[in-house]
Amino acid sequence: MAATQVNPTRMELTRLKKKLTTAVKGHKLLKDKRDELMRQFLDLVRENMELRRKVEAGISSANKNFVIAKAGMSEEILHAALMAPKQGVYLEAGKKNVMSVDIPVFQYKTRTADENDIYSYGFAFTSSDLDGAVKSLADILPDMLRLSEVEKACQLMASEIEKTRRRVNALEHVIIPETQESIKYITMKLDENERSTQIRLMKVKDMMLEEAHHYKEKQYAAEG
Amino acid sequence: MYKIAVLGDYDSIYGFAALGLDTFPVSGPEEGEKRLSQLAEGEYAVIYITEGLAASISRAISHYKDSLLPSIVLIPGISGNTGQGIDGVKKSVEQAVGSDILFGGN
Repeated sequence: MAATQVNPTRMELTRLKKKLTTAVKGHKLLKDKRDELMRQFLDLVRENMELRRKVEAGISSANKNFVIAKAGMSEEILHAALMAPKQGVYLEAGKKNVMSVDIPVFQYKTRTADENDIYSYGFAFTSSDLDGAVKSLADILPDMLRLSEVEKACQLMASEIEKTRRRVNALEHVIIPETQESIKYITMKLDENERSTQIRLMKVKDMMLEEAHHYKEKQYAAEG
Repeated sequence: MYKIAVLGDYDSIYGFAALGLDTFPVSGPEEGEKRLSQLAEGEYAVIYITEGLAASISRAISHYKDSLLPSIVLIPGISGNTGQGIDGVKKSVEQAVGSDILFGGN
């Protein structure tokens, strides 16, 4: 493709050469960034999948337990039992920088010192199934929190990888070849100009010598 | 200091209240959407949403996909696992790699 409208000047050539070195350097860096992000992402996403499977299985079985618990007691009592939770979970949210992507880091705290202090009801009116159900849910809570951290990190990294990949491709397949093309065009144009100047000078020199010494007339005379 | 919210139909989420998470039962997509934006603006860093509700408000959820907080996580509801959560993970692999090379088979 004929590079779009570049001025064949030395200044432009220097500018383009500088642009090319920057682009090549940037391309290399971005490629490294993409590779490293990808490596970390693959590790993380495997963990994400594993956690998700675990959490989903845990919640499903907890749900089943709750259904059984619900069957064994009246709805009002169940509502009343869970109405005023004793325990509270709070998060301390920080962030970690992984290859320029900020990913969240959660640290959770419970309101009461004992993490297992989850039964917000007296045991007199509720069925023992409810205790089991609440316990089974409490058991997967740490995994759920870790999942929320990892899943968010995966989403953020995925979109960053996509962006980086686009940049790498744009540099590799568009910016760098175009700049090289322009540089080639300018170099050729400048060479061509130089040659034509040289020829012009040679011609002028010939003409001036001719004017001074009249070689041609002498030659004709010699030939008779 | 952030809190954790659970969003969905009442039957799927009431158990989480016992653990100390804040549960917000919602009945329809509009209410869910409104509640979600309210929670996301507020002091909630993690929001768990049941897959059933998430399916109907996926637009509102994708709005928060690129921000650091809140982290929105799909959980299976009482009616069973729809596979949406797993699909989400697969989708992010697809976005990053170009095609799902890790979990394509299963």
